[in-house]
Amino acid sequence: MRYLTALAAAAALVASLGPTAAGAAEVKIGIDNFTFTPQVVTVKAGDTVVWTNNDDIPHTVADPPKFRSKALDTGDSFSFTFTTPGAYDYFCSLHPHMTGRIVVEAATGSNDAR
Amino acid sequence: MTAHDHHDGPSRRKVLECMTWAGTGVLWTVAGGVPSAVGLIDEAMAQEVKGFSFLQISDSHMGFDKPANPNARGTLEEAIARVRAVPGNPAFMIHTGDISHLSKPSEFDDADKIISQARLDVHYVPGEHDLLDDEQGKLYRDRYGRGTRGSGYYSFDANGVHFVGLVNVADLKGGGLGHLGREQLAWLRDDLAGRSASQPVVVFAHIPLWTIYPAWGWGTEDSAQALGHLKRFGSVTVLNGHIHQVMQKVEGNVTFHTARSTAFPQPAPGTAPSPGPMKVPDDQLRMMLGVASVTFRQNEQRLAIVDTPLES
Repeated sequence: MRYLTALAAAAALVASLGPTAAGAAEVKIGIDNFTFTPQVVTVKAGDTVVWTNNDDIPHTVADPPKFRSKALDTGDSFSFTFTTPGAYDYFCSLHPHMTGRIVVEAATGSNDAR
Repeated sequence: MTAHDHHDGPSRRKVLECMTWAGTGVLWTVAGGVPSAVGLIDEAMAQEVKGFSFLQISDSHMGFDKPANPNARGTLEEAIARVRAVPGNPAFMIHTGDISHLSKPSEFDDADKIISQARLDVHYVPGEHDLLDDEQGKLYRDRYGRGTRGSGYYSFDANGVHFVGLVNVADLKGGGLGHLGREQLAWLRDDLAGRSASQPVVVFAHIPLWTIYPAWGWGTEDSAQALGHLKRFGSVTVLNGHIHQVMQKVEGNVTFHTARSTAFPQPAPGTAPSPGPMKVPDDQLRMMLGVASVTFRQNEQRLAIVDTPLES
């Protein structure tokens, strides 16, 4: 039953991404106890990262000027699609001691490494 | 003066500064020598001085509705009721930031409506929760920033005391703590230049200007430069919020103090996985929220700060 639910969720995800996003993935990062979890994430160019705030206090996700979320209240999410390879060091602009890193690898030629 | 000749140089100098200061109205002394000259002060003036006090509230987080306090509006109302009951006609109130929770106009409106019931002038500085609009603080500055500079810093004099409101929550950098910035530090230096070292100074800002717990961001990375400009003053009082609990430290002539929140408590440093809102039993919440009153007392270098919880 659990397997079927997961399968349905995966199917729904693929459907929502549509044909142009074929191969691109959605990667989730939680914000828990003032920490981006996981703190370092490696994705492929074209992937979308979704941050969700699970704390009882607002946070932001910012690497200005590349991206800056609005204040995320409890349960709010912010997503950003990374198209250019490189390392992105971001932080919470309310609590700047909260930091994280997204490493974006080129989308082609290195699928085996995933 | 011969009676004080055994004092060392700096101490004598400070005594003299005190005497100069006393002449302009506020009677205070420094450790290391209380000159008999204090007796020269007009008794009536001293009486008047005795009555000078002001209030501090902080971190009202209007709009906060999480389990740690689903009714932050109600506890702010209770705090203002406390303020109105404070004896001795406080001169004004300072609010050390996080007026709102999410910088929404409706949150500022609600806070203003309640705080105005205190019927006191209020001098604000922003907390990081007050700069969350799309233009990163325009809403705050439009409402509270009249007559201020940059991100909203300013100074004024009251009863002979110099008050400086600083902003250490704007344009924060990844990996850092609270931040004042070069422009504001240069302004502070100029603002203090030429003032008598005997004038008491009160500095207020949202994030503590002393390092309490960097792992939780409880400090200001360039506060040492600000304190450097204040070093020559005989009486400096630094009032902050942000950490939602009372802490005090005395270092030389500087007294650091943080006020309680009116909205929700936060844990003591390092006692929880994070500094997030702390849920306590309902009957204990009001013991951990409150207001502070600050009084300039005769013959004391340090200001008397009294923290009053909503319930004791």
